[in-house]
Amino acid sequence: MIVQRLAGRLGLSELAFVAIVAGLAVLVPLANLTMPEGSLLHVSNASVVLFGKWMCYALLALSLDLVWGYCGILSLGHGAFFALGGYAMGMYLMRTIGTRGVYGNALLPDFMVFLNWKELPFTWYFFDWFGYAALMVMLVPGILAFVLGWFAFRSRVTGVYLSIITQAVTYALQLAFFRNDMGFGGNNGLTDFKDILGFQVQAQSTRAALFALSALALLGGFAAAKAIVSSKLGLVLVAIRDAETRTRFIGYRVEHYKLFVFVVSAVMAGIAGALYVPQVGIINPSEFSPANSIEAVIWVAVGGRGTLVGAALGAVLVNAAKTWLTAALPTLWLFVLGALFILVTLFLPRGIVGTFGAKFLGRRGTK
Amino acid sequence: MPSPSGGIRPMPELKRLLPRFIAPLLVLAALVLGPAPGALAQSVGDTLAKFATDRFPDTARGVEEIARSGHPTALEIVEALGENRLAYSQADRSVYVIGKDDQVRSAETGAPVADIAPNQLRRVRINNPVRSAIAAALGALRLNSADPVQRRAAAEAIMQAHDADQAPALEAALGREKDARVATAISQALAALRIVDTKQPESVRLAAIDTLAERGDREALVMLRNVPAEAPAAIRQRAERAAAAVERRLSILGGVQNVFFGLSLGSVLLLAAIGLAITFGVMGIINMAHGEMVMLGAYTTFAVQEFLRTSAPGLFDWSLLFALPLAFLVAGGVGIGIERTIIRFLYGRPLETLLATWGVSLALQQAVRTIFGSSNREVGNPAFMTGSFDLFGISLTWSRMWIVVFTIAVFAFLLFVIRYTDYGLRMRAVVQNRAMAGSVGIRTNWIDALTFGLGSGIAGIAGVALSQIDNVSPNLGQGYIIDSFMVVVFGGVGSLWGTLVAALTLGIANKLLEPLAGAVLGKILILVFIILFIQKRPRGLFAQKGRTAES
Amino acid sequence: MRFTRRRFLGTTAAVAGMALAAPSIRAQGAPVKVGVLHSLSGTMAISETTLKDVMLMLIEEQNKKGGIMGRKLEAAVVDPASNWPLFAEKARELISTQKVAATFGCWTSVSRKSVLPVFEELNSILFYPVQYEGEESSKNVFYTGAAPNQQAIPAVDYLMSSEKVQRWVLAGTDYVYPRTTNRILEAYLKLKGVKPEDIMINYTPFGHSDWQTIVRQIKAFGSAGKKTAVVSTINGDANVPFYKELGNQGVAAKDIPVVAFSVGEEELAGIDTKPLVGHLAAWNYFMSVDAPENKDFIKKWQAFIKNPKRVTNDPMEAHVIGFNMWVKAVEKAGTFDAEAVIDAMVGVSVPNLTGGFSTMMPNHHITKPVLIGEIQADGQINTVWQTSGLVVGDEWSDYLEGSKDLISDWRKPMSCGNFNIKTGKCGGKA
Repeated sequence: MIVQRLAGRLGLSELAFVAIVAGLAVLVPLANLTMPEGSLLHVSNASVVLFGKWMCYALLALSLDLVWGYCGILSLGHGAFFALGGYAMGMYLMRTIGTRGVYGNALLPDFMVFLNWKELPFTWYFFDWFGYAALMVMLVPGILAFVLGWFAFRSRVTGVYLSIITQAVTYALQLAFFRNDMGFGGNNGLTDFKDILGFQVQAQSTRAALFALSALALLGGFAAAKAIVSSKLGLVLVAIRDAETRTRFIGYRVEHYKLFVFVVSAVMAGIAGALYVPQVGIINPSEFSPANSIEAVIWVAVGGRGTLVGAALGAVLVNAAKTWLTAALPTLWLFVLGALFILVTLFLPRGIVGTFGAKFLGRRGTK
Repeated sequence: MPSPSGGIRPMPELKRLLPRFIAPLLVLAALVLGPAPGALAQSVGDTLAKFATDRFPDTARGVEEIARSGHPTALEIVEALGENRLAYSQADRSVYVIGKDDQVRSAETGAPVADIAPNQLRRVRINNPVRSAIAAALGALRLNSADPVQRRAAAEAIMQAHDADQAPALEAALGREKDARVATAISQALAALRIVDTKQPESVRLAAIDTLAERGDREALVMLRNVPAEAPAAIRQRAERAAAAVERRLSILGGVQNVFFGLSLGSVLLLAAIGLAITFGVMGIINMAHGEMVMLGAYTTFAVQEFLRTSAPGLFDWSLLFALPLAFLVAGGVGIGIERTIIRFLYGRPLETLLATWGVSLALQQAVRTIFGSSNREVGNPAFMTGSFDLFGISLTWSRMWIVVFTIAVFAFLLFVIRYTDYGLRMRAVVQNRAMAGSVGIRTNWIDALTFGLGSGIAGIAGVALSQIDNVSPNLGQGYIIDSFMVVVFGGVGSLWGTLVAALTLGIANKLLEPLAGAVLGKILILVFIILFIQKRPRGLFAQKGRTAES
Repeated sequence: MRFTRRRFLGTTAAVAGMALAAPSIRAQGAPVKVGVLHSLSGTMAISETTLKDVMLMLIEEQNKKGGIMGRKLEAAVVDPASNWPLFAEKARELISTQKVAATFGCWTSVSRKSVLPVFEELNSILFYPVQYEGEESSKNVFYTGAAPNQQAIPAVDYLMSSEKVQRWVLAGTDYVYPRTTNRILEAYLKLKGVKPEDIMINYTPFGHSDWQTIVRQIKAFGSAGKKTAVVSTINGDANVPFYKELGNQGVAAKDIPVVAFSVGEEELAGIDTKPLVGHLAAWNYFMSVDAPENKDFIKKWQAFIKNPKRVTNDPMEAHVIGFNMWVKAVEKAGTFDAEAVIDAMVGVSVPNLTGGFSTMMPNHHITKPVLIGEIQADGQINTVWQTSGLVVGDEWSDYLEGSKDLISDWRKPMSCGNFNIKTGKCGGKA
């Protein structure tokens, strides 16, 4: 029923998006696992990892678009939620290493052993249970977003002020996680993962499964975001984006709406981070760096703010360009990427999907 | 051998000590009178040979011996060694002094040697222990210098070297000294030696403690703490009391010093942020390329210095003066270029300026990397920005001091431009009501370009100042951009005074926290403070009021 | 409508195609690719770009000599942009798409940690040229930089014996290399009878640029009447403002010497070193070393980079050693196949640039001389002391609780990176 209602509201480009992502979720693992290497249809192992990473970035971009595109909250700290989700997952993966670490310590991760830690910090308790870790993946970013949002929205911190405090949050977290005393591995972060739920992280089938999961998570995130923005609540959000004061005077508790969507978005970002970590094999404080969060904003802007599909597309396109350019033009690629950003702002002010796909989006897309 | 007492006006206590110090006095006397040439020649030859073994311990011993020898060229030899101008020939191990004019002279006689060029010789290498020996030797050798500055430095050197053998020389020098400041330095150096000298009567040692307590700095504290545990109780207690008093004084000074550190950090923050206060605060452009404007200023300084180094080395100390207007023009020009080609199409869409200026910043970084290379470039400090000076016991570095002064000047200049010039009036008009300003005949787009250029130019001259204390690398700007945004937002977007207060507050708070919480935690606490503060005052310290305040 | 959909699908296909493209045909005699994985942008470009240039030079030179076994070499340069996950991605791309025979790369420990699983999974070779904290040994990585015992401990020994230092400030950037090194040094100093109150440990954030407070603290700590030295593991970038502040606050080398492990000629090129004369650095190579190999290398390097003033530094030497070792091992193995080359690597000995030979040990670390040098007014570092022989890199520190029982030996049949000599088991189990 809900699916039907949702489907009815999808525009053509959104249908295409769902079809492609769903198709990829099935076909890429198939093509990777069943097709022989060298076959035209074979998808290389490296590509699976790469695609999986892009899917996670796309989900992050989607979550950002939900708050920025539909509620006008420009978060310059969304990378923090992504990284927190990643750390929660990374901690689970570290705990499951057990005695296979280089020092063979059953309880302590390697970096604690060689820094002479004697016992496990309480923050690491229970992370050997996947369920607990999975819960934390959503809970930690969610709670941070809730606390931050609760204070900020109630005090009516808006616009650039909100952007800058979100940036301050992610910057402070970056510095905090850099500190070795925090017990999260400092700058080296968490690496050397062995397996996830009993499956080898390095195994190709696990990789394919993780990719499929990432694609499904992207679809799930899209469905959730679409459900929110096309509901009555979504209407209020857009109203807040366009005229916050007016919406408040009409009688809506603006801060509640904002808080809700901010928390949902943070949880989505956390899930994206959690899926990202086992695929790239490392989580480190640089994921918190303000530049990463700004980059995520740029994906959304390139793809088209307030279009959901555009955000995901922007993330994939920018990262694909980066992947390609850093190998093809290693000393010039920043010029190309910089020029791309400038040209997109000047000539495609509503992003790629916003400009070309506006007609084909579902109802209430962009302004 | 000359008579030991020759040339000295012995003081009463010295007379008593004479037998004990007969050996050092011989040295001293030799120093003052000069040796009988033939008698010492042999031993100086041995000493000089130590410089030619290419072993640091030998060299250090050579320095000590030559200083004691009283040889006429001793001072010259030690000075040359310190300046890397002492050399030896690998063939016959004879030692030469290479003059500042590249003239090679025999170390032993000081006579010019015509047939040897400096590059045929091997320089005598030195390391830190040798440097210490040189400093101590210079102290002894220069104590009788005609220049009071050198005499004072010599007394300081003896104090630091803690060379007990120099006590008689100090006593003699004290008796001769007429310059009050030098005399103080000598008596302090003497006190530092006497305080641990168990052969001194208690009264002398107690007096020495008082002398050092009066000096009251860190050096004195070291000496006071040096009193051994087995010293008589009276001495120990007095020394402890004195040390405690000095420590109290130092900790108060430390607090004041911390505030100055904070002030200086605040000035750096202000300097970095002030351009952004215009482009972002006044014009509403989320200017991510701001840091790169700072970087351009720093590289301009580098280029100016590089040019002066090759074409007019004499003007090097003025390099910053040339760099300032140039950096303003370069960064301002680039700023106007960016405004004309990109930003003018984006007014009213502040968030998109973020995307475009981010692109600009990537490209500018890479451009600088391509032109200047990706490693750090050397920007030298002109003489007036080097070293430190003492202000009531607080040591302040000149570079920081000038940056504080410079920041104030820039801020005042900016206020003046905005308040009292015709351009400033127009700028304020455009910011407050663009349509109205346009309709009374102000060329709004020119004002926009100029304002962005002004903000960028100010960032450029900030780069000149920052090049004095930080890396000059393509990443320079990235290090300041986040802090700059914090400062502007904390102060209240659109308020220059807010930026000033915010920068100084954050600077001082950071420096007061740093000794307590450590540098990392201190910075985190500051960020948390900003986050909480914005909750309390959602529009920053100096909030804009009225309609224009709506973002 | 058709336009949009086609465009949308088209882009997706293009993106997919880009990653799918795998030029895998490798004819006999075709050039062999050598991966160069150094950041050319971002925060680490400052140090790593030079290493990329060194690799290009070495490969060019090898090709002038006719390549290896008749096959030319070709550099595959990528830019991991100082972004650690991107390092892993690029490593995978180099190995599986570009099919490189070996990779030379990484600077920071975290970048090495990030690519390590990739190299192990795909069984390829990485040469890591930078001094690091140890506590790692991988079959697929050859560590040509210094382990802590090849840098930190000799430096402390020198200060203790020659400068009679009794009081120590261990100042570092807060990350794993300084933390580990300082932990090792702390244990070592205590073993040598230094009292805990004579050791001060201080950590600062990355890119710390305001050193006023810390330099003042160092001055205060150094005024306790005992000879004090600073052992600096401050990360490259933060060193410039640190040294500038030291110079300005008048901390002279003869009073409080600072010995640094991350400051080489490249870093000093950005500073006016006149106020810093006498401060120390510990490395395995200095540009000033008077050896014919070194003179030759400097000449070639400056000609290659077309700048007669360009300096050389220790990680560059490490790449020279690593590259020559790899060439020799390939020739010894008679194939570019990673597995065979890895086996052939151990025991390979090549001239280093300081006039001796460096040998690859079974623990995949190399033997090196340790040099202590003092900074000169011209930005060079002159050797004031060096170990009489070569020092073998010790990957598992003897001074750390967790690792003192571990050894590493990648020769068959042991083939183990963390063999516990107490339990006789591989896998570090206590």
